[in-house]
Amino acid sequence: MEYLLLIYGEESKVPAREGPEHEKIFAEYIAFTAEVREKGIALGLNPLEPVSSTKTVRVRNGSAETTDGPFAETKEQLAGYYHLECKDLDEAIAYAARIPGARWGSIEIRPIRTLNPPTVGRGGDPAPSA
Amino acid sequence: MNSLPAAKVNAAIDLVVRESWSQTLSALVYRIRDFQLSEDVLQDAILSAWKSWPNKGIPNSPQSWLYQTALRKAIDQIRRRENFESKRPQIEILHELESEKRNEDSDTEIPDERLRLIFTCCHPAIEKRSSVALTLRAVCGLTTKEIARAFLDQESTLGQRLTRAKRKIRDAGIPYRVPPPELWEERLESVLSVIYFIFNEGYQASSGEALLRVDLCEEAIRLARILTQLAPTATEASGLLALMLLHHARHASRIDENGEFIPLEYQDRSLWNRAEIEEGDAILKSSLSKKSVGPYQIQAAISALHAKATDWESTDWIQIERLYETLHRLQSSPVVRLNQYIAISMIDGPQAGLTLLAQLAEPLTSYQPYHAAKADLRRRLSQIPEALASYQTALKLTSNQAEQKFLQHRIHTLEG
Repeated sequence: MEYLLLIYGEESKVPAREGPEHEKIFAEYIAFTAEVREKGIALGLNPLEPVSSTKTVRVRNGSAETTDGPFAETKEQLAGYYHLECKDLDEAIAYAARIPGARWGSIEIRPIRTLNPPTVGRGGDPAPSA
Repeated sequence: MNSLPAAKVNAAIDLVVRESWSQTLSALVYRIRDFQLSEDVLQDAILSAWKSWPNKGIPNSPQSWLYQTALRKAIDQIRRRENFESKRPQIEILHELESEKRNEDSDTEIPDERLRLIFTCCHPAIEKRSSVALTLRAVCGLTTKEIARAFLDQESTLGQRLTRAKRKIRDAGIPYRVPPPELWEERLESVLSVIYFIFNEGYQASSGEALLRVDLCEEAIRLARILTQLAPTATEASGLLALMLLHHARHASRIDENGEFIPLEYQDRSLWNRAEIEEGDAILKSSLSKKSVGPYQIQAAISALHAKATDWESTDWIQIERLYETLHRLQSSPVVRLNQYIAISMIDGPQAGLTLLAQLAEPLTSYQPYHAAKADLRRRLSQIPEALASYQTALKLTSNQAEQKFLQHRIHTLEG
């Protein structure tokens, strides 16, 4: 199954923007990213620019309105994501728990809905469907 | 062939459904990998039994018959599904299912996958109340109607809840498995909390309503028994089973004939079920001997001390106080402290208890038993106006009728 691991956090709570602490976290992200890539399970991943650079677009009555900032005024903002192929939710949870941002923010796990014919899973224990 | 009397067929079907529902379902989900379809085809197979057994006779192994009939229905259903051609995993499953030789009347071995079923129903990603409903449906075999009635819910609401939970298992990819060692403890805790929730729902139901309700306490005990059979090394599962048996043994003495709650102190101990106490105590001793102590075993040990005491005063309060201290170390909570301080008040007197209770005023400000305990200590110290005030606070905090009656009674006595 495919999962989006969405990294949320308060931008003000990120431990450090620079200095040794920042470098340590950066190195952890590099290592984690390398690992999921080597395993061949990373289908996509990206950090995102801060919310100050965000625009939101809505089309109402045929015309587009653009506003500054994110769609929802929430405390935690989306800071990046990993798009992973995991055998089941437990595996996705295990990866999510290892993302450094989970320590000060939170990781939302969203299963990706399959519209095309599903591919055969990677084996192991099957997930029953409903 | 002569047709069988309806009563005999009814009895055979009731028996096989009661005894083998969960095991059959667990095996079907494992084979078909589709929770909803497995439940539907098993239900269908039961209907087929109603039609066919009166004429064809009761099969040698009713459970095998149901299992095989359900599997065949599943194959039909998968074949008939729209866009079936494009669904490779389903074709694979179908191929597996069809390649087996089957004989409906043979006593084929049906695998017991109930442990997978239990862990899947109680996966922490499923909301607690949904896990509760799903477990009662899949593992206990209660009908949607029975579960709805047990929780005073609408049947349609509950049906939706069940459907959503099953859809979540599929869409979120919740695995159908017994958790690996590194997840075992966390997942077992999730299962135990679901079982204990079911028990407490049943335990707190007041007597009037309880008459109409499925006995959730008994269902919870049954679940814990299944779990301890399937996972004999899980000492906390045994601890929970012991705890529930020890509580349940006292249930006849908790509510009087007017529906008023009776605290442990005033319960008629001759009404306690000695056999259940003995059983709970024996299970607890055996699990404690495995030296892997956890919160459920400690709570069971406390309950066992109460169950074995001849009266409130001669209870082994010193041991109880120590057990609460240990429990607090494992699972720190102001409620555990409250119980520990009540034990201390029995050792060192009500004033000592009252002084300690003051430390809990903030975290337990809206916790009914805290105010009831405080009221009781003040009553024992003859501080009548203060006691009354605390009883009034407690009364405002409970919606349970039996507790309300008890508190009103107390207020009435003190005022009188």
